[in-house]
Amino acid sequence: MRVQAGGREPVRATGTEPPSAAAAHKTAPARRAVALALTAALAAALVALALLSAGIGAYDIPVGDVLGSLLHRAGLGGRQLDRVAESVLWNVRLPRVVLAVLAGAALGCAGALMQGVFGNPLAEPGVIGISSGAAVGAVSSIALGLSFLGNWTVTACAFVAGLATVLLVYVLARAGGRTEVVTLILTGIAVNAFAGALIGLCVFFADNAQISQITFWQLGSLAQATWPKVAAVLPCALAGLLVAPVYAPRLDLLALGERPARHLGVDVERLRLVLILLVALLTAAAVAVAGIITFVGLVVPHLLRMAAGPGHRFLVPGSALGGAVVLVGADLAARTVAQPAELPLGVLTALLGSPFFFWLLRRTRRRQGGWA
Amino acid sequence: MPRPALPRRRRQDLTRSRPATGEVFAEARAAEVRLGGRQVLEGVDLSLRAGEVLALVGPNGAGKSTLLAALAGDTPLTSGSLCLAGRPVGQWTPRELAVRRAVLPQAATLAFPFTAEEVVRMGRAPWAGTFEEDEDDEAVGAAMADTQVGGFAARPFSDLSGGERARVALARVLAQRAPLTLLDEPTAALDLRHQELVLALCRSRAARADAVAIVLHDLNLAAAYAHRVALLDAGHLVTTGPPATVLTPEMLTRVYRHPVEVHPHPATAAPLVLPVRAPGAD
Repeated sequence: MRVQAGGREPVRATGTEPPSAAAAHKTAPARRAVALALTAALAAALVALALLSAGIGAYDIPVGDVLGSLLHRAGLGGRQLDRVAESVLWNVRLPRVVLAVLAGAALGCAGALMQGVFGNPLAEPGVIGISSGAAVGAVSSIALGLSFLGNWTVTACAFVAGLATVLLVYVLARAGGRTEVVTLILTGIAVNAFAGALIGLCVFFADNAQISQITFWQLGSLAQATWPKVAAVLPCALAGLLVAPVYAPRLDLLALGERPARHLGVDVERLRLVLILLVALLTAAAVAVAGIITFVGLVVPHLLRMAAGPGHRFLVPGSALGGAVVLVGADLAARTVAQPAELPLGVLTALLGSPFFFWLLRRTRRRQGGWA
Repeated sequence: MPRPALPRRRRQDLTRSRPATGEVFAEARAAEVRLGGRQVLEGVDLSLRAGEVLALVGPNGAGKSTLLAALAGDTPLTSGSLCLAGRPVGQWTPRELAVRRAVLPQAATLAFPFTAEEVVRMGRAPWAGTFEEDEDDEAVGAAMADTQVGGFAARPFSDLSGGERARVALARVLAQRAPLTLLDEPTAALDLRHQELVLALCRSRAARADAVAIVLHDLNLAAAYAHRVALLDAGHLVTTGPPATVLTPEMLTRVYRHPVEVHPHPATAAPLVLPVRAPGAD
């Protein structure tokens, strides 16, 4: 989605850059205008898609009726639907839409934060193995039949495992105060392989019912959405999403490198710690409800950065909004393109996201003139 | 008006307190730094006064950048003391330090395609939430005009040439308006005209009672623009003083391990440093 702002782009001195980066040449006021327009467009798209998604399915409910029922429940007029429609809407569709919004926002925001912390546009919770790390926590809690925290057990296990993975990747991929692309991606491969092995081990020891639940994690899906699940994940996701924008301005300074950021008054060690905790929290929240859904955190911040510039004041909340739009849309597509069957959501995002990732790798390589 | 990059605080230790010309602003006593088991700095006594340009010179590996990093608070001393604005440098918080000293690193990198102007504006981050915040636009504008980067203000930093990047990075440091400015080889990527521009800027900062320390390789620039020159060799401070007393043929020949001749400039009498070259060598 591109929103064109007024004003001519300055003449470029070098002709080597791909046209996709053209928007990065806009002046500061133009960028602010683009950011504002994008926010409005994304918000409108989110509302529209959410209403559509609530209506479309095996049992179609017209969008007008969805609105009516929503207004009725909110006590603002509207009218109640018949018993079946009301049940489908409130017990099946809406928890699913809300979960898609939460998980998408968490993933988009986590991607933007992660790229900021690593100072590397290829960092993404899925690519560098944090999603699979969190999934190991979730899967092992299922396989071992853990329930020490009731409804929260899976989320908590996903969070702890996700956090451990972020820290591991961070320590392994950093050298001399920066993160090389190659090191980061290779670390991701290693972490993903290890997490895959652990998940395989869990599958080996699990019974049939557990195996089908585990498969759901690996493919990524929102099919088992319920209100208790929403309640289990809402605090984590909301806390992360509300706290993240506070750190956005400091992420801008971090783009200069760690030392220069410190020279400008940023307590870099503390900032990194807080942001890594936030990324783990957001990723775990998403993985706990939706399984492994990759590339949302990679694609969304990237497109927004191209359109509105790299400033994190817009990028962090914008990526949350964009992530929600993408996941609600993707979930709607996953439910409807192969009706009556349903595609796994994680498979769909990976199908669309992988080529994008490939293009991004090529572009990064071309700009750097090879891997350092 | 952009929102502050750091939390709003109006505190005494974040308000501007400019030292008077001649006042000691930074002082190292018996400073010693070991890095990876190697003695990089040893027994360095150096004071830096408000209103002066101090050039740090010496051969490769002499410890110039380490001394600068220690002054910046980046590299902690193994022993000795280093005071900045009357307090040991390690006792300031990053934020408090940021309103007192600005640092230009050797190489300027940027992870994301911010524009040149956005990069310069980052220099104002330490002042967010203080009364000096009102100067933001003026400081950014002045720094960009001084370094002559206005022509590509809207272009992404990553698209600029090496020399343009160096000047944008310098503009960011100038916009910070800290009483102490530390520059690590600011002229390395610059052509003759811009080298002169940068050093003249340092002089004008000093004239406004700022302290400026520059790591320089070009001894003639040091001779022409520095008030004092500190000559380092193998982690030791060999000598400090006005260019004419430090940049002597005997001293330079010994420290650089290459014969050096020094002539007075015909007009200004500033030392002109030339390595002795074998006649006829191409």
